[in-house]
Amino acid sequence: MACAMPSTRRRRSDKFRPEGVEVSEPLLTVEDLRVAYPAREGGMTEVVRGVGFTLGRERLGIVGESGSGKSQTGRAILGLTAPGGVVTAKTLRFDGIDLLSCPPKQRRALRGGRIAMVLQDPKFSLDPVMRIGAQIEETLRAHAPISARERRERTLQALADTGIEDPARVAALYPHEVSGGMGQRAMIAMMLVAGPELLIADEPTSALDVTVQLQVLGVLDRLVREGRGGKGMGLIFVSHDLRLVSSFCDRVLVMYAGRVVEEIAATELHRAQHPYTRGLLNCLPQLGAPQHPLPTLDRRPEWLNP
Amino acid sequence: MNATLQPPQTIGLRAEALRVVFDGFVAVDGVGFEVAPGESFGIVGESGSGKSTVLRALCGLAPLATGQVRLTGRENLPAPGSKPFRRQVQMVFQDPYGSLHPRQTVDRILAEPLAIHGIGQGDEREARIERALEEVGLGTGFRFRYPHQLSGGQRQRIAVARALILEPQVLLLDEPTSALDASVQAEVLNLLEALRQRHGLSFVMVSHDLAVVTHLCQRLMVMRGGRMVEMLSAADLAAHRVQADYTKALMQAAAGFVRAAA
Amino acid sequence: MSDLAAWLLTDRPQSRRQAAFGRLYAGWLSFARNRLAMVGLALVVALVLIAALAPWIAPFPPSIGELSARLQPPSAQHWFGTDDQGRDILSRLIHGSRITLYVVVLVAVLAAPIGLLVGTAAGYAGGWLDAVLMRITDIFLAFPRLILALAFVAALGPGIENAVIAIAITSWPPYARIARAETLTIRQADYISAVKLLGASPVRIVLRHVMPLCVPSVIVRVTLDMAGIILTAAGLGFLGLGAQPPMPEWGAMIAAGRAYVLDQWWVAAAPGAAIFIVSLAFNLLGDGLRDALDPKASK
Repeated sequence: MACAMPSTRRRRSDKFRPEGVEVSEPLLTVEDLRVAYPAREGGMTEVVRGVGFTLGRERLGIVGESGSGKSQTGRAILGLTAPGGVVTAKTLRFDGIDLLSCPPKQRRALRGGRIAMVLQDPKFSLDPVMRIGAQIEETLRAHAPISARERRERTLQALADTGIEDPARVAALYPHEVSGGMGQRAMIAMMLVAGPELLIADEPTSALDVTVQLQVLGVLDRLVREGRGGKGMGLIFVSHDLRLVSSFCDRVLVMYAGRVVEEIAATELHRAQHPYTRGLLNCLPQLGAPQHPLPTLDRRPEWLNP
Repeated sequence: MNATLQPPQTIGLRAEALRVVFDGFVAVDGVGFEVAPGESFGIVGESGSGKSTVLRALCGLAPLATGQVRLTGRENLPAPGSKPFRRQVQMVFQDPYGSLHPRQTVDRILAEPLAIHGIGQGDEREARIERALEEVGLGTGFRFRYPHQLSGGQRQRIAVARALILEPQVLLLDEPTSALDASVQAEVLNLLEALRQRHGLSFVMVSHDLAVVTHLCQRLMVMRGGRMVEMLSAADLAAHRVQADYTKALMQAAAGFVRAAA
Repeated sequence: MSDLAAWLLTDRPQSRRQAAFGRLYAGWLSFARNRLAMVGLALVVALVLIAALAPWIAPFPPSIGELSARLQPPSAQHWFGTDDQGRDILSRLIHGSRITLYVVVLVAVLAAPIGLLVGTAAGYAGGWLDAVLMRITDIFLAFPRLILALAFVAALGPGIENAVIAIAITSWPPYARIARAETLTIRQADYISAVKLLGASPVRIVLRHVMPLCVPSVIVRVTLDMAGIILTAAGLGFLGLGAQPPMPEWGAMIAAGRAYVLDQWWVAAAPGAAIFIVSLAFNLLGDGLRDALDPKASK
């Protein structure tokens, strides 16, 4: 396996890293990522067209509307592209491991163990016929050679870490028996129990009520910061909500039609350059700052090929 | 602007002591409110609050255990459940992917209400359909497409066109933009507002999004667990003049996430 | 893409007809991608052509035999040999295809609409109407097809028409079940609520909005059932209860050939192979239709 030594020189994207965030060797390097699916009339349509970024132990947000390719980017990193899809990239490296050419067994070992993914709706992402505790223990069984009793303890601890007050009771329930917020906490527990270094969260709170969203985001915030014994994890937060992502992440990538149109530090969002980003920021109705009519996005064809 | 309009054909709505029970589960209990003619009224709540059920009860899609719905503002207004009532009260549904019949063209979808009520023949019907499409900002090139050939925003515009083709005066809106992208939402909200101005419509809009509701509505009601929590004006909400704790919690959640200091 | 194809697949159809044809064409393209389904379609088309042109392509008359040429093995003159009455088997097969097609089409035309109507009405209405209709369906479902056909034919007398009625009566319950299951899902959809809100009567909703969505599943099921219908008709013919001699019905031909199966195997094997091929063709066609019409597969 190619074990490339990660370089420590400053990259272009480093200037978007706010001060104080450790510029460590990159956890994830993506260069010219492309995902294509067969089109109905023959040929292939690219849904991700040359996305590139690096990620250290920091939080990166990927924002876009439907069809922008943001979810496909996250899934391509984990190798979860739907069958029929073709993933190519100049570089797709996680901690020195080339994700495109490593054997499936190694890919599987990475998934869940070192790279984890939290999906949108726990109704669809948790196995409906397995109890929650059993699903979490299954993750441990795949990634940590420990005894059954220790598995049980770690499972209950993981559930407790997400703020669930009665982990033993919840572990015995089926996914349909818990509320959306609880299900999402269970999903987070399941994904973080093996102590991954990188977490990809794909719209983790979009299916939840507004008050519950804040709670779950708080859980995610704390766990990402304190995970792995305080060292913290890398986080890729994929969402359509630009404001939410900018409040949660250090850096934001804005995607449009499969390409990255802007890369900016979260604190600098108000100084965004690209008209699409500015349009996205301005088109939402604001409590207390009425605008009639709302400014709408004037989609220019040149955004498709920056 | 959010003014209340009063062209002569404008009508309002009054709901009294609505109670809806599904199989023993009380979805709505003791909800009452009044929408003045030409006013835009919002109902806010989270999932399970019963807000969508209230809307369905207003137009007869959900059975009322007790309570009454009446149109106000004029003499001889039709009673709920009758065919003339249907011409006055229409609804735009939440999911643009589920509210249009998958096997019917846009043309057929828009012709159906006209056919049911026997409005117009031949050329007049064609003219009405084309006018309806124009009003929602879609050209005639869309007329013979199937829903799967339309984007989410386009489908929602067709849903609005279908609701308005019978020229109702009361429009019920069930989270009309929550399934749409932010930029598309802005376009649809602008469209709804323009249509309201032009035709003097009364709106009853349900949403979980406080910003959207205060943008489009003048007064709103907060619901929780099937009951009304608070009724206040949009101006009061925007100025934080709220009383109930739950409403305050909703406003805080709407303000967004605040990251803990690293 | 040719001009016509471009016109059909355009994003902006200009008329109802263009949109409808466009959809049919897109469906056809998706069906045509499945090789086996095309094979099935080709065989079914061949069956229809053979049946239509039977009097002109059959080399010998089907019912008149030369007794001096009994039980001849396949040869250049008689491609599948002759049967115990000296009749050319190939000609009998060709004419028998008419009977097979007749049975299959009639059963489909009788059973499918009944099943569709009962199923959608029961699914949409719910309550006591649903219960009553489903119990009636259960009653008919409980009868084994062949036994009911036997009883029917015993009561009314043997003959191909009575066999068709008997088979149709036992075929409609599964279609009712399928239609009802689809209707239960469809009636929760917002587009049905929308049309209810517009003031449409339940009859209008069921006939114009619900039924068109149930038709694809029923069509697929009917096509897949055709193999079974052919076999049941053949079984009845075998028992002497379907087509009566000298009609060249394939099942009856097998029955007649039973006595000679050891030495003159072709008398029974030829109609048997014909039944096999036609059943297979309908199965492949049905599978292909299901893949093309499956709403989950398409957008």
